[in-house]
Amino acid sequence: MSISRRGFFKAVFASGAVMALGRELHASPSTRKGGIEFRGMLYDSTLCKGCHGCEFDCAEAHNLPYPELGQDIPPVRSTSEHQRTVVNTYQTSKGEVYVKVQCMHCNEPACVAACLTQAMFKSKAGPVIWREDKCMGCRYCMVSCPFNIPKFEYHSPNPKIIKCDMCYDRLKIGEIPACAANCPNEALFYGTRRQLIKEARRRIVENPTKYADYLYGEDEAGGTCWLYLSPVKFEEIGMKTNLQKSSYPALTKGFLYSVPTIFVLFPALLLGIHQATKNNQQKKED
Amino acid sequence: MQEDHPITLEQQNKTGWRFILSELKPKGKLLTPFNIISVPIIILGTVLIVIRFWKGIGAITNLTQEVPWGLWIGFDVVTGVAFAGGAYVVTFLVYILHVRKYYPIMRATVLNGFLAYVFYAGALLLDLGRPWNVINPIIGNNFGVSSVLFLVAWHFLLYMIAQLIEFSPAIAEWLGAKRIHKILSGMTIAAVIFGITLSTLHQSGLGALYLMAKEKVHPLWYSEFLPIMFFVSSIFAGLSMVIFEGTISHRVFFQQISEKNHRAQNSIVMGLARICAGAMFVYFFLQILVFIHDKNWSLLDTPMGYWFLMEMIGFVLLPMMLFYISYRKGNIPLIRIASIITMVGIILNRLNVTVIGFKWDSPVHYIPSWMEIVVTLTVIFTEIWIFRWVIRRMPVLSDSPSWAKHED
Repeated sequence: MSISRRGFFKAVFASGAVMALGRELHASPSTRKGGIEFRGMLYDSTLCKGCHGCEFDCAEAHNLPYPELGQDIPPVRSTSEHQRTVVNTYQTSKGEVYVKVQCMHCNEPACVAACLTQAMFKSKAGPVIWREDKCMGCRYCMVSCPFNIPKFEYHSPNPKIIKCDMCYDRLKIGEIPACAANCPNEALFYGTRRQLIKEARRRIVENPTKYADYLYGEDEAGGTCWLYLSPVKFEEIGMKTNLQKSSYPALTKGFLYSVPTIFVLFPALLLGIHQATKNNQQKKED
Repeated sequence: MQEDHPITLEQQNKTGWRFILSELKPKGKLLTPFNIISVPIIILGTVLIVIRFWKGIGAITNLTQEVPWGLWIGFDVVTGVAFAGGAYVVTFLVYILHVRKYYPIMRATVLNGFLAYVFYAGALLLDLGRPWNVINPIIGNNFGVSSVLFLVAWHFLLYMIAQLIEFSPAIAEWLGAKRIHKILSGMTIAAVIFGITLSTLHQSGLGALYLMAKEKVHPLWYSEFLPIMFFVSSIFAGLSMVIFEGTISHRVFFQQISEKNHRAQNSIVMGLARICAGAMFVYFFLQILVFIHDKNWSLLDTPMGYWFLMEMIGFVLLPMMLFYISYRKGNIPLIRIASIITMVGIILNRLNVTVIGFKWDSPVHYIPSWMEIVVTLTVIFTEIWIFRWVIRRMPVLSDSPSWAKHED
């Protein structure tokens, strides 16, 4: 009996842990008590000149190879296991628009909820970081991320997940992310999420003809730390506009909440049926 | 095909280790068609697995940054576990509802389920980029409790233990360990109850894995009811596998099966067919409800829509009718055909969610490489080898020795 009892305790512990987590999921970032506000970045695509400088700054800050940008670079690329950020070019109704792509650092990240080893981690300051010593390489974060950001080193026996970490190491020593620090056109504006939203609104109000009246990332996937301003509709610049406006981890909450209930109800129910049918059988035999 | 009765006088005289060593030797013919096909594939697959750990997953798979989970997860794990669902349904019938009729197939089903979990969940390790960290969520230094995958991983582990306990009396009978047999038999009902609870949760959990991939799974397959769909379909997926496996076992291992159980088989298959028909009706009805609820009418007139209709009509509705008709008419061969169609349908359904319908709108599609297929076959064949090895030695299909009285 001892093994199954131990198994039972394990299960109770695991399901109890799920319940405990449920509470954590509830705490929305804006109501975090006594915590630091999330930091983020406002990307103003009307200011970006498409110089690709941030791609080089990013590579330098993270010891990645410099991107190979010749004359004929494809206008739209995606981030890869060698590049944490790319700047894409779109031909739109208002002419050429440049769009920087990197991790959005969601307020409630799907990748963090997906990770069963807590390797993906939402730090208190806002950046979503990946921790090498914990990751087991299951790639569930890649399946779950609505922005398709985490990339995997398929050709390495010791593969890593590659994604923007908002220069977490630089933030720790009081510096701002490399891309924002070096942007010659001030297209990137680093600050607390609250400041960024205020600043973005101010720009839209002061220049209604220059900007589309929408702040991408304010509500997408329940809100992201990276916010985007665009001169045209966001469909035109390749941003995902079909994403839900609420948190992705909430999609699995119903299922996870049912786990402890089933763990309590099912064994009792099954044991009840077992006893009931056993009595029936005995009666028949009599 | 010389088969000895598992418990012989000779064995009683031998000491434990010598007995086990003698049992390790192969029994039966070596040059069977199955061996001739499976051995080269297993050898090739082993070489490929070595390359995979040496050069990385990309060396032998076609996985991309867009589609990070391919055949090894979509087929080996997600489909394989659905097929292993027969174990919890049959233990429910035998131990919870006390339907003694299904007892003769109980051990083979549990063994099949246990090996399926060991091998298909084991195949998960091949797909992990950093498998040495697999202990992190188990030893407790990094509990990612908000993850459905955390739940699924733990349930796999616990359910394997539960199934091993359910099967362990057969091992004790093989070894002739009477006292241990008594202890293990006493643990069965607890393991069964625990196992059914775990199965309910992780069968549905496999569907819940894809809940966060809301925009990635084709809307005809994605719904918030994915966990319930996966659970209900695991009932008839598992039972179809039991019918199919029983058909083959009764041919290959016919000497092991007593005359009484041979005759009982038809009545068992009929009963399973009836349960399949019922579960499939519930499943089909749920699918219709979800479809109407999601209002995806316009999607039906697309290639993916035709594919969806084919799955629902050709591989759910049709086998459901076949199960029903063949049950009413007592037509055993038709039940076998229905079970095979059902199994194909389950493979289609699981692959539609995990591979075919996953990122269906992306410009580049994932098609598994031949090497991924060989590794998958290696996993399946190795499992069958072990299954055969156990069946030929332990009282799985054959009757228990007289000293081991069956008790619930």
